[in-house]
Amino acid sequence: MSLSKIWVFAEPSESGISTTSLELVSAASGFASTVEVFCYGVGSEAGQVLGEHGAAKAVVVKGLDGVLAGTGVASVMAQRIPAESPDAIFFGSTPEGRDAAARLSAKMDLPVLTNVVNLQLDGDRLMSENAVFGGSEIVSARFTASGPGIFVIRAKSFAAESKGGSAASVEEVSLGEIGSAGKARIVQSHVEARTGPKLDEAPVVVSGGRGLGQPDSYKMIEELAKLLNGAPGASRAIVDAGWVPYAYQVGQTGKTVKPTVYIACGISGATQHMVGMKGAKNIIAINKDADAPIFTIADLGIVGDVQKVLPKLIEAIKSKG
Amino acid sequence: MNIAVCVKQIPDQSVPGKLDPVTHNLVRDGKLILDDSDSYGVEMALQLVDRAGGGEVTLISMAPNGEVSGLRTALAMGAAKAVLVSDPSLAGSDALTTAKVLAAAISRNPFDLVMAATESTDGYTGTVPVQVAEILDIPSVSFAKKVDVENGVLKVQRQTESGYDEVECPLPALVSVTAGVVEPRYPSFKGIMAAKSKPVEILDVAGLGIGPLTVGQEIVSVRQAEERASGTVVVDEGDGFQKIVEFLESIKVI
Ligand SMILES: Cc1cc2nc3c(=O)[nH]c(=O)nc-3n(C[C@H](O)[C@H](O)[C@H](O)COP(=O)(O)OP(=O)(O)OC[C@H]3O[C@@H](n4cnc5c(N)ncnc54)[C@H](O)[C@@H]3O)c2cc1C
Ligand SMILES: Nc1ncnc2c1ncn2[C@@H]1O[C@H](COP(=O)(O)O)[C@@H](O)[C@H]1O
Repeated sequence: MSLSKIWVFAEPSESGISTTSLELVSAASGFASTVEVFCYGVGSEAGQVLGEHGAAKAVVVKGLDGVLAGTGVASVMAQRIPAESPDAIFFGSTPEGRDAAARLSAKMDLPVLTNVVNLQLDGDRLMSENAVFGGSEIVSARFTASGPGIFVIRAKSFAAESKGGSAASVEEVSLGEIGSAGKARIVQSHVEARTGPKLDEAPVVVSGGRGLGQPDSYKMIEELAKLLNGAPGASRAIVDAGWVPYAYQVGQTGKTVKPTVYIACGISGATQHMVGMKGAKNIIAINKDADAPIFTIADLGIVGDVQKVLPKLIEAIKSKG
Repeated sequence: MNIAVCVKQIPDQSVPGKLDPVTHNLVRDGKLILDDSDSYGVEMALQLVDRAGGGEVTLISMAPNGEVSGLRTALAMGAAKAVLVSDPSLAGSDALTTAKVLAAAISRNPFDLVMAATESTDGYTGTVPVQVAEILDIPSVSFAKKVDVENGVLKVQRQTESGYDEVECPLPALVSVTAGVVEPRYPSFKGIMAAKSKPVEILDVAGLGIGPLTVGQEIVSVRQAEERASGTVVVDEGDGFQKIVEFLESIKVI
């Protein structure tokens, strides 16, 4: 038994469609015979990669003209739901995905299930799993209301699999009149340049937290990450403090990472940080407090001062060449 | 400028959370406190009203058992008054139901701006604020890391995956802020004393004048997640770096 139609909200990336969105398309194609994608900021070439991941059709919303993407795409979806009645709609747990899910939910009077990390078919509907209390308990939930179920899904919950299907057909639609919601407009975008592998795709992630003491010490994190061909990450504490941009944040509100090894330096291990990195294959933690929660999930824990351990570690790896 | 700030009152997070084995709702006995996430919105709102040279901050909250202790903290910071919706029928409310209640409570007073946090500490659906905006039929800007109002226009720096966007929008509007947006003040002794006599309007669903609310989702089961086995923890005696090098070699990263 499977569902007949699932819609997926997909976001663009430098290379086409974001990996998180492709994960959702792959997941959807495992549950429904037809997968249709709603996207923006891409051309008709996106039909190729979406098709390979299991989508039959891509609706590309044009003419956002500064309107926040989540708001704009949700209005297009809302107009089409009555006639096309999908069984479920998937959104990523990103700023845009949450905006879109929230707008659509309130517009159509449909409930949402958020922070989803797994889905199962339960008769003719989907049941979601979400991790609570920092991932120590798993709650299974489902919709009781009729109408399409809106699921907001965390990154890296499903694998993005190219099944080599043919390109999805592409339908371009322009954003119509969307009322007061459309009055918020982007007047300028700022992209913070970064080099090296992407945080959520790097095989090695070295993250720093408040235990680094001062912004300047973050240079050690960057240097170590570079030496290991990895990406530097951060706890929210130092993002909020303005030491590094939000794009570096790992955790509940930031990126979910699943590297081969995650090295946490001066990070306490708050539940909201751990949900973003618990999936790492190996975890190394350096923290001067032997009771820091991060040690409960570390494969190797060093109770020590980052100011002492990191410089020596960097030297040792450098000398190995 | 009048600002409505949504503030959630939640169980103290230093006490581990529990789910009720029968209803699967979050157990909320004991005193509730102001969600830290919302203290940023309260502070931001107080500063915006101050800069505008007039108006007031009204707190909006939905919580069980007429709970006001978290509201008193925000009143002590400087908010003028509060509207609390408390009704046994709201136990186990989902995000959409919560948004309907908050939107109705917000509409009771004139407002130019609605403020909320990007996500709450205990619920973290991250959808309630934008649902509120849709119900109130106003624009919204989520993930705000800097907020200003100039000549009736809301100006926000909004975090994005790759940097940030400058977003502008006319009032009335809703903005949901991240923790980095401002540094919340601590209530002063004078503020704490003054908060005791500030007005708190307590309503139930009937008093709010909205129709019956039904929750469209249910929790089916709760189970323990697989534990990640903890490994070796060693105290650095000057050789901690060496242990890391050996570990990285053993997994062939170096
Ligand atoms: C709704 C919500 C969402 C959140 N989302 C996220 C998220 O996405 N990501 C995230 O990271 N957090 C998130 N948080 C915040 C989280 O709760 C913590 O506040 C944060 O992760 C703490 O960061 P930290 O570990 O760097 O700082 P702290 O908790 O202050 O820990 C610093 C650690 O450094 C250690 N230390 C100090 N000096 C040294 C030294 N010289 N050498 C070695 N160790 C030292 C200390 O022992 C301590 O353990 C969220 C919170 C909420 C409420
Ligand atoms: N019960 C509530 N009372 C007041 N505000 C709330 C409530 N629930 C959610 N909010 C607001 O919405 C924000 C995001 O909550 P959530 O969507 O649950 O992550 C919170 O930080 C509050 O600002």
